Amino acid sequence: MKITYFDHSSTTPVDKKVLKEMLPYFSDDFGNASSLHSLGRMAAKAVEKSRVCVANFLNCSSDEIIFTSGSTESNNIVIKGIIKALDGKKKHIITSAIEHDSILEPYADLKKQGIEVTYIPVKGNGVVDIESLKKAIKKETILVSIMYANNEVGSIQPIAEIGKLLSKINHKIYFHTDATQAVNALPCDVKKLGVDYLSLSGHKIYGPKGVGALFVKSGSPLKALQLGGHQEKNLRSGTYNVPGIVGLGRAVELVEKDREKNNKKIDKLRKILIEKVLKNIPDTVLNTDILNALPSHAHFSFMGTEGESIMLALDFKGIEVSTGSACASGSLEPSGTLLAMGIKPETAHGSIRFSLGKENTIEDVDRVIKYLPGIISKFRKMNPLYKK
Amino acid sequence: MIYSDKVLEHFKKPHNQGVIADANAIGEVGNPVCGDVMKIYLKIEGEVIKDIKFETLGCAAAIAVSSVLTDLVRNKTLEQALQITKDKIVEDLGGLPAPKIHCSMLGVEALHDAIKNYKDKQK
Repeated sequence: MKITYFDHSSTTPVDKKVLKEMLPYFSDDFGNASSLHSLGRMAAKAVEKSRVCVANFLNCSSDEIIFTSGSTESNNIVIKGIIKALDGKKKHIITSAIEHDSILEPYADLKKQGIEVTYIPVKGNGVVDIESLKKAIKKETILVSIMYANNEVGSIQPIAEIGKLLSKINHKIYFHTDATQAVNALPCDVKKLGVDYLSLSGHKIYGPKGVGALFVKSGSPLKALQLGGHQEKNLRSGTYNVPGIVGLGRAVELVEKDREKNNKKIDKLRKILIEKVLKNIPDTVLNTDILNALPSHAHFSFMGTEGESIMLALDFKGIEVSTGSACASGSLEPSGTLLAMGIKPETAHGSIRFSLGKENTIEDVDRVIKYLPGIISKFRKMNPLYKK
Repeated sequence: MIYSDKVLEHFKKPHNQGVIADANAIGEVGNPVCGDVMKIYLKIEGEVIKDIKFETLGCAAAIAVSSVLTDLVRNKTLEQALQITKDKIVEDLGGLPAPKIHCSMLGVEALHDAIKNYKDKQK
């Protein structure tokens, strides 16, 4: 069966050009980048070349890049590593209510250790409320971490504006952004954004899984969580994932080169998808504010349904999407992002996220429109509470 | 979290989904805020459940539980129907992922609610 893939926020296929760059580093040029012999040097050279690519992409110096296993690790290193480095000082840290769990869980962990945490609410469109952030800042505040774009509804956060705001406070507040979802669509110049730390992941940008990067502005505090191999200036020990790092370097190059073209194409398809879904399926709410969101995201609630059922029924037709329903998360709570946006739990349960990518076509959209209305009406018919 | 083939079969083509217009017992449990609502319709004749249908809002597990429950209950006496446990439902579905076990409880509760409804009316 042909797969129609609308789940690019979960992961993306590795671009063939990226794969081609990576392949020699598995079996032929397999050296350990920390070895001094020629195979090792060859690997080290590839790692450093990739580091330059990532640094160019972020408009920073290559010694400000640390390679990691992905954004979850980058986020954990930053949050816990700053607190470790600034040990002994009075601490208050801030984040938003709609972050990924790889931010929220380290924050919750630190809260248990006695650190004060403030969660900034979002407006109905999923954008952080700057006024609340201003009010939350106090003299003990040492860290603010706000995602660049939300993974579920795609809302873009005003990172540059927050960066400016924080730079005007008369004590240093370190600023981190989890840019994982934003990299494909938005410029990531760390100087323009005004961030001290930035996380990104390879597999969201047509690169490989298991590799990511962390930008650490020169002179910013950070202590390692993982010790023993002395890689990455002792900040992230562990044998270099050479093929992965090579892939990441090529992936960011391609993102930069094709960004405008891809954004345009994806945005156009998304508009058609939204228009057709709303036209063909009554009682549907669009949760993505397209004026303040990535071009890739279209997040809907189908009233009187449950998202996991819809997701699986679409899967039987070869269409892959995600849901914010509690039933798919393994917990009993629906998506925290949707609840933070003021969406009712019963509406959040019936939500489906389409995240489009560069290889999607109008035929893909047509396939969704061919099957989705029937699926929704089937489940509504099955719902004892839905007015038929 | 992976569903058994049996769960997927029931989810794809649920047995006995719908309404019994002249049902003499109805049970309903769950809450849309939690994302699960299960409604069971029974046609009981002389202590035997002659017909059963369900309507469910919920995930694949909730729908599969409803479907397999109707198979288990049909033509059973009320006494026998009350003996059906959540473990039996899970077993007949070829297992359920751990976070979904509570869905099987929902099935048992909906059935018990329906039978209670019937018995209350007999009083």
